[in-house]
Amino acid sequence: MSVDQATVRRIARLARIAVTDAEVPKLQAELNGMLGFVEQLDGVNVEGVEPMTSVVPMAMKMRHDVITDGEMAAKVTANARETEDHYFLVPKVVE
Amino acid sequence: MSDLTRLTLTEARDLLTTRKVSARELTDAFLTAMEQARGLNAYVLETPEKARAMAEASDTRLKAGTAGALEGIPLGIKDLFCTEGVRTTACSRILDGFVPVYESTVTSRLWRDGAVMLGKINNDEFAMGSSNETSCFGPVVSPWKATDSNAQLVPGGSSGGSSAAVAADLCLGATATDTGGSIRQPAAFTGTIGIKPTYGRCSRWGIVAFASSLDQAGPIAKTVADCAALLTSMAGHDPKDTTSADISVPDFSAAVGRSVKGLKIGIPKEYRVDGMSDEIEALWARGAEWLKAAGAEIVDVSLPHTKYALPAYYIVAPAEASSNLARYDGVRYGLRVAGKDVIEQYEKTRAEGFGAEVRRRIMIGTYVLSAGYYDAYYIKAQKIRTLIKKDFEDVYAQGVDAILTPATPTSAFGIGEKGAADPVEMYLNDIFTVTVNMAGLPGIAVPGGLDQHGLPLGLQLIGRPFDEETLFSLGHVIEQAAGRVSPQKWW
Repeated sequence: MSVDQATVRRIARLARIAVTDAEVPKLQAELNGMLGFVEQLDGVNVEGVEPMTSVVPMAMKMRHDVITDGEMAAKVTANARETEDHYFLVPKVVE
Repeated sequence: MSDLTRLTLTEARDLLTTRKVSARELTDAFLTAMEQARGLNAYVLETPEKARAMAEASDTRLKAGTAGALEGIPLGIKDLFCTEGVRTTACSRILDGFVPVYESTVTSRLWRDGAVMLGKINNDEFAMGSSNETSCFGPVVSPWKATDSNAQLVPGGSSGGSSAAVAADLCLGATATDTGGSIRQPAAFTGTIGIKPTYGRCSRWGIVAFASSLDQAGPIAKTVADCAALLTSMAGHDPKDTTSADISVPDFSAAVGRSVKGLKIGIPKEYRVDGMSDEIEALWARGAEWLKAAGAEIVDVSLPHTKYALPAYYIVAPAEASSNLARYDGVRYGLRVAGKDVIEQYEKTRAEGFGAEVRRRIMIGTYVLSAGYYDAYYIKAQKIRTLIKKDFEDVYAQGVDAILTPATPTSAFGIGEKGAADPVEMYLNDIFTVTVNMAGLPGIAVPGGLDQHGLPLGLQLIGRPFDEETLFSLGHVIEQAAGRVSPQKWW
């Protein structure tokens, strides 16, 4: 299977990564290289095989539904480039 | 003074506990060595003030008789581990200026036991690479050089800074992480020891995530005993990581020197790949002979799905990475590039913040998870993973205790030599190590000697789940037989 340039742009959009027109052919070649590499998996018979969900068998732990942490808004927002009153600031999303 | 850096962790610990050397003296020796070795680019952030303060606190505890198991031992910390109040970037521009307000569980355990942090260590960006060339801080230069060339070599990756710093005596041990071989391959390239424990042995909490079902932390150090001491401290259950295993951690040091008599060692025929060099063949045979001489039994085994591990990995790992790395959007931390709206801000931030390899893997991951392709790629790869794990289970069910393989297909290559035209060329480095992550098993890389150019070659031992102890026992036998190797200082 291989991807065309429109697909490369669509993936980049889904991945939220801006790509320039000049980058598209190179990305297309690289992605097709990787897809070509994984093509050898077509030869494996996986009929009746369960997909792995956990590499080490373990039961998911349950915990009590209680508050264990919090009241640290200043710490939570400490690394943001733009904040106001412990809110993260982003460009306007609603007109 | 500078001789102190040549000590092993175990030797240094003896000198510290008998008060023949102070933690401050030891730390100062390393800080000086680090200054002189800046050309290797192993550290991306030196933290001398913190190191001296921690060393002085260690001296107080050593004096008071309340020393921890790693009291006063100077370590380097891979920049993937969040360190409270100390910049952590995963060597990516997208985490530019990020200063965690919390400490990773693994590093907090090391500090609990008295270890001293010398600084943050270079790695491939988000641990994606096998040569430490994708770091936004530039490549790490290996302390090793071929006897017949002056070319700068890679220290392996992604924990290339860790392996280089240990090999160049810039710390007594380093933390590392391994998603497809990132502890074992750099250890093999630099003549150091590295162990990736069983998935779940170490908490992943506070470690920058790459592929959550594959990532594990582990140490790189100068000897098997040193690795055992570090892993004993790093491992253990953590309620903050639901995948961390709630089982007791043995004293791994007690396994070093234990007899391997009667252990059954499997030699998997599928690892004899096309084009394998005579030197790697000879290394492998030598390793088997050493274990046999120590009383182990060598048997041929088959792991039929081996060749599918690497392609399946290049579906699973990018898929998980694309999901994990979705959090880097410029809003809450790290780099932020302005856009006309929030979507453009995300897209510009991520285009500028991620390097080429990381962008490539996010895009592949996005593609294989996208509508219409999920079953064909991701589910199929997870099914193949089940088959790979079953291969190992079948071999262990036959009574095999551990599996011996080469750690890498070649010795270290030159900076800029691989992967420029075809990324897959670089990925092939992990052909012997990636199966272990896919199956969640423990694996250790131990030096097995030097090649014809005077460069280290490593052997890998793969164990049963949660049986790192057998790997330490077997690794020690190889270490005793092969001897320690270290580079000639030129930096």
